[in-house]
Amino acid sequence: MRLITHNMLQCHVKGCTKDNFPLKLEEIEIEELEAEFNADFIKSMLNRLDWKALAQTTFSLGIAQLPEEMPEELSDEMLEQLHHILLEIDITSGRMVCQGCNHVYPIRNGIPNMLLTESEV
Amino acid sequence: MSRPEHQAPAEIVYNDTEAKKYTVNTRIQAIQADMSYRALELLNLPEDKCCYLLDIGCGSGLSSEVLEDEGHVWVGVDISPSMLEVAQERDIQGDMFLQDIGDGFGFRPGTFDGAISISVIQWLCNADKKYHNPKKRLARFFSTLYSSLARGARAVFQFYPENPDQVELIVGSAMKCGFTGGLVVDYPNSSKAKKFYLCLFAGFADDPSNSPSLPKGLGAEGEEPRSSVDYAHERIKERRRRGKKSRAPIKDRNWVLHKKEVSRKKGKTNVPKDSKYTGRKRRVRF
Repeated sequence: MRLITHNMLQCHVKGCTKDNFPLKLEEIEIEELEAEFNADFIKSMLNRLDWKALAQTTFSLGIAQLPEEMPEELSDEMLEQLHHILLEIDITSGRMVCQGCNHVYPIRNGIPNMLLTESEV
Repeated sequence: MSRPEHQAPAEIVYNDTEAKKYTVNTRIQAIQADMSYRALELLNLPEDKCCYLLDIGCGSGLSSEVLEDEGHVWVGVDISPSMLEVAQERDIQGDMFLQDIGDGFGFRPGTFDGAISISVIQWLCNADKKYHNPKKRLARFFSTLYSSLARGARAVFQFYPENPDQVELIVGSAMKCGFTGGLVVDYPNSSKAKKFYLCLFAGFADDPSNSPSLPKGLGAEGEEPRSSVDYAHERIKERRRRGKKSRAPIKDRNWVLHKKEVSRKKGKTNVPKDSKYTGRKRRVRF
């Protein structure tokens, strides 16, 4: 799962509405991919990104140090860096923990398991 | 043939063997690709724009590949681990999740530019576990999907309804969750080619009075469906031969010359020389 998608996730356990994103990453193993750079796509995703969460994630994974707030104007260099972070870093294993309800979503082979039990639906 | 959703839950029906069989089957590949292109067409995305799309029930990635080929970034969800494994072997770039769509989606509001789903949502109408309530599952599915889509985005679902009641159930549930739109039926007069596409609009991007209209189904004026899928299992009839005279000879002059060349290369010494008489039709002596 790439970091762009992790940034979009929130916990969907029934009743979990506070603190349900971002999902905290634990014991993560990452892999680097190669993806074609499309500046327009990155620009169109900017409004949807949770910048704080992204900065937190990249800092905790030790990949990059993003500024605390999303800059008003993004240089081409920054766009390329964002492209690398969002589309070229793949989480292959580990877990995601919801800060609100403590539900654990394991990640295996790059695929997170989002199945819920009867009581959580 | 009984419907798969009557046999067992999706993750049981699509086990390791079934998942491989399904994906390798060229007829299924062709049909799924066809329907995916049609769904993408109905999504009406802006031209040449790379969009962030959701593939609901992506399975082994037959439909997701179409999204990828068209240059989009996609995310897929499916309930069968075997199907997802087959998808990974096919080396596709999207992110996939092991998820039950009846539990609802876990994406922040306005995440996706569009969503497609090929041959999936009829599964939601069946209760696969004791605590399943199809109406509740459909409601959870559509309401969480509605919020996951950006304003003005569309969701297109190709599905196989069992009966009109099921259509009513699904469409009604979608409308209750705030979607507008409706059913588009391609080739309504052909039992083989008839396909149902549920086309939903999640709000309007700009101006409410400029609401999008439902696309028209193909074959509405009685036009015949494209032959690519219909004739999948029909042999193309050979052109009828008109008597012995017009039969095309297999062993013509070129063939004879070729065989003589091969013999010479092999080293045979008694191969006759080539002349204007080589391979000429002989006078019938009977």
